[in-house]
Formats: sequence, C-alpha cells, structure tokens
Amino acid sequence: MSAITRDEVAHLARLSRLALGEDELQRLAAQLDQIISAVARVQEVAAEEIPPTSHALPLTNVYRPDEVRPSLSPGQALAGAPAAEEQRFRVPRILDEEA
Amino acid sequence: MNELVGKGAAELGALMAAGEASAVEVAQAHLDRVAAVDGEIGAFLHVDPETVLAQARAVDERRAAGDELGPLAGVPVAHKDVFTTRDMPTTAGSKILEGWRPPYDATVTARLRAAGLVILGKTNMDEFAMGSSTENSAYHVTRNPWDTARVPGGSSGGSSAAVAAFEAPLATGTDTGGSIRQPAAVTGIVGAKPTYGGSSRYGLIAFASSLDTPGPFARNVLDAALLQEAFSGHDPMDSTSVDRPVPPVVEAARRADVAGLTVGVVKEFAGDGYQPGVSARFAEAVALLESLGAKVVEVSCPHFTYAMPAYYLIAPSEASSNLARFDAMRFGLRVGDDGSRSAEEVMALTRAQGFGPEVKRRIMLGTYALSSGYYDAYYGKAQQVRTLIARDFEAAFERVDVLVSPTTPTTAFPIGERADDPMAMYLADLCTIPSNLQGNAAISVPCGLADEDGLPVGLQIMAPALGDDRVYRVGAAVEKALEDRWGGPLLAKAPELAEAAK
Repeated sequence: MSAITRDEVAHLARLSRLALGEDELQRLAAQLDQIISAVARVQEVAAEEIPPTSHALPLTNVYRPDEVRPSLSPGQALAGAPAAEEQRFRVPRILDEEA
Repeated sequence: MNELVGKGAAELGALMAAGEASAVEVAQAHLDRVAAVDGEIGAFLHVDPETVLAQARAVDERRAAGDELGPLAGVPVAHKDVFTTRDMPTTAGSKILEGWRPPYDATVTARLRAAGLVILGKTNMDEFAMGSSTENSAYHVTRNPWDTARVPGGSSGGSSAAVAAFEAPLATGTDTGGSIRQPAAVTGIVGAKPTYGGSSRYGLIAFASSLDTPGPFARNVLDAALLQEAFSGHDPMDSTSVDRPVPPVVEAARRADVAGLTVGVVKEFAGDGYQPGVSARFAEAVALLESLGAKVVEVSCPHFTYAMPAYYLIAPSEASSNLARFDAMRFGLRVGDDGSRSAEEVMALTRAQGFGPEVKRRIMLGTYALSSGYYDAYYGKAQQVRTLIARDFEAAFERVDVLVSPTTPTTAFPIGERADDPMAMYLADLCTIPSNLQGNAAISVPCGLADEDGLPVGLQIMAPALGDDRVYRVGAAVEKALEDRWGGPLLAKAPELAEAAK
C-alpha cells in the first residue's frame, strides 16, 4: 500500500516551488513513501496529554535596545542580486498573463 | 610533512607566543600541506593563499606591536562553508549559492578573527548540511584520510577530513543531528556539539533553526575546548543565544579526570545494527571509565529509539520553511528569467535546478509534514516525542552526571554505498540525534579502531544543557588514558598520505 501518490508529490512540488520533471516525481514518490512509513513510528508513542516541544530553550520575547545602527549600503545589499536596476532588485513580473 | 603541520593548536599557539615560529610560517606550512594532499582528500571548496597570508601577517604585526593576543592567535582554522565570510565565497555546498560573496561575517567568523585565528579556507559539506557523508555536496566528494575509498562523515565532512589529514589543526562545523560528532568519530578526531544557544547562529546559513549548533573539531580535547571558548558566548544578534557565561571547558579539558562521577550507559544504543568492532571498543571505553574511578550504571532512555523518526520530521519541516528564502530574487542563482516567465515560474525553475536531490527530498518531506491534514499526525507527534526524549534525559541526569554511547553504529562506510538509499544514510545519526532534540552538550572522542576494518570508532559523552565542561572533562580523561595505552594519539596509526609534488 502506498501512503503517497505521484499526484500528491506533484502537489507538494507546487507548494514547495520546485519545477520537477516526471522522472523526479516518480522517484520522489517512492522515496517519500519509504521515509514517511519509517517516520510514522512517532505515532506509536505520542499520547494526547503530552505537550509539544518546539524549541530546546523556553525563551519568549527576546528584545534588543531600539537603537539605530549601521547597516548595509544599497551597493552592498544589491551586490549579490541576480539582477538590479536603479538601486533596486529587478524581478520578473509578479502577475500571471491572465491576471 | 613539515613539523609545524603535525602540531596541535595549543602547541602552535605557544610556539608563536614564544617567538619560535611566526604566524606566516605556520600558515605557509599548512597551505603547502593543503596543496600537497587536498587534490586527493577534497576537504576544501575554497582556499586563497593571499587572503590566508594577509591574515597571518596581521597577527605577526599585532604581536610585534606588543598587543595582547589569545592562546590561538596565528593558529589556522578550516571554516565550514555554511558560515558567512566577507572575504571568501559562501555556498553551503549548493549550486544555488555558487560564487556568492556575503556582505557580512557570521558571529562565529567574526570571533575567530577577533581571537587572531587564521581562516585557511572554506570546507566542503553536504548541501545545506543535509547528509552524513558529504556526498551531497554539489561540488565534489571528500575522502576519508584513513581510507580514501570511504566517506569522512557529514555534513561537516570537509572539516573532519581537513583536521584528520593534517591540513588544519582546527576546524569549525555545525551539528544539527550529529554533523560534527559523526564525522569526528569516523575520522578519528575530536568533535563537540555545544549546548544549543551556547554558540551563535547569526550568519550561519539555516537548516533547522531549533537544532543547528556551531561547534569545534580538533585532534585533541584541549584544542577543541580552546576553539569552542574562542567563538562561544552570548550574541545579541541571535535571539536564541544563551545569555550566560561560557562553561569552563578549557579548565575542564586540563582537569581530565572522572573522580566522583557517575556515568550512565544508554541501554537502547546497542545490539542489532551495531558493528562488532564498534561495540567492542565502546565496551572497553566503559571499562576504562570504571577503572579511572567513575561509577558506571546502565540507564534506559526508552524514547531514544524514536529520536530518529522525530528528527526526520522536525528538521525537514524547519528546512522547508528556512529554504524558502532561496527565491531567486535577492541573491544566488536565477534561472529562466527571459521576460516571458512570471516570478513564481522563475522561482520554481531556479529551485529545481539549484537544489540537489537530498535538499529537494527534505523540502518535500517537510512540506508534507506541515501540510493541513497531516500536521497533527506528523509534525505535531514529532514535537511530542521531543518532549518525551527531553524527559528521558532529565530522568537520566538525576541519576548520572554523563551518558555515554557509541557515536555512530558503524565505522566509515564506502563512498557510494548509501548514496541512493536515504533511510540507510539516516541511520548514521541514530545515537547523536537525541542531544540535538534536547539541546544539551555532547562530544565524540576517539576510542580505538574496529578489528574488522581497522577504522576509527568514536565514544559519545552527553551532559545536561550548559554542562559542556563535563563532557570535556570526561573526554579528556578518556583521551589521556587511551593515549598512554597506545603510546600516542590514535591518528598516529592512520596511513600516511602521499604528498603531491608542487
């Protein structure tokens, strides 16, 4: 029995913003199926009354003083950009054709 | 091999302080060693001799000017390519960041510089620190100096190989599920995972933020303690940084005794799946601890066997969120921006081309575990298991001062053996993951060679959060006793690498 189908993997790829080919989808479906069956063991022990732990340290609301500090210049911030124009990041169009 | 290259970090620091060697001489000796052996080992992704020598000259000038310098001033360090460096490319082993020059230094980088350490270069790693063999690097494989047909562990395998091959006396790494301790174990060196929050994550390219911990590699316990001390401590730039004094790890490494300590042997980390040579060396190390005066008891941590499945839900979930920043807009690779495609299409094409297979697997797995309808059954349950594991540790540390286990179930495996089998690869971190889930301190120290293959075995020592000094104290005691027995360090038994002619 398969826990995860090729179509489900295609949906996950869309959510993950990964343009995967048919080969990759097939391969990942098999691998994710195997991994998910193995990690599903967590369901054996975790009873409802156990609180979840999200972090090693129970810290909340860590603040630093609200002070102006030096930061990157526009040149430094744009130095690694794939494309820049007029001191801004140049990006592909945001909306789809039909929008 | 130049004699400076054979020396440890503390020893080199003392030589330079005494004026018997300059930082430039020490740096040049290590650059020569890298040039001679790294063609075969492949520990480094980037080494620029000019940048290295400029750092070394600056240390010599500061010393000549009478500046007060720390114990590691002028000592070379190999720096994992997951830490940002202003003067060197930073890729995290990924094509999506090929050639990226960060505009800022990580806190760990800045502290290495402030301590006068000379950054020798950036070391190879599994892409985004996801892996246990360094085979997931998008650039090249790294070979284990003990047997070049085998992996050096991972994800910090470039760092472990560099130190074991005498290319550097020290290296940095990051440990999310064992990525320092496991490579240290399989290359016969020392590697420590500090308490979570004890070392800063600022400028560390994130994999799983609730687990990622920078830590040291060295050829002996004292050197590892000196490096950990140099880059640790509170950092206001990291909101999960612990605002407490750094545990006295150097003093503990010098103390090197186990008098009055109770050592717990984790019952669950033995039996099926453990290589006989690993089990044999581990049993001897436990007997050794007893002979040195420790009280040894067996401790059951029943939920530790669920740590691996919980980790492979929690870490990919956090990764799928963290890696969303690689969107082809502000830095890194951009593919297919031909004017006809939308930002979303460019993003998906870039990520498909820029990420390797393991990174894609983990992003997909994390997306699955976090998606509505599955969240409670997977991510939610894994977080509850995390609580149960923390409780196992708390109960154990009420009875014992430290817990011990083998660091890894097997010695270094052959390159290629597990590359196409993700589940087999994940087993390498079986014993190291619990400490990451609780966020406590742990170390791996060499404890001998497995009879069946002659490869190094690591002993893992775990202590409560902020008990880093305890793991160094016990680790140093084991090291001292074993080196007395062996007549020198374990690494002296490694085959000598052929040096390529200049």
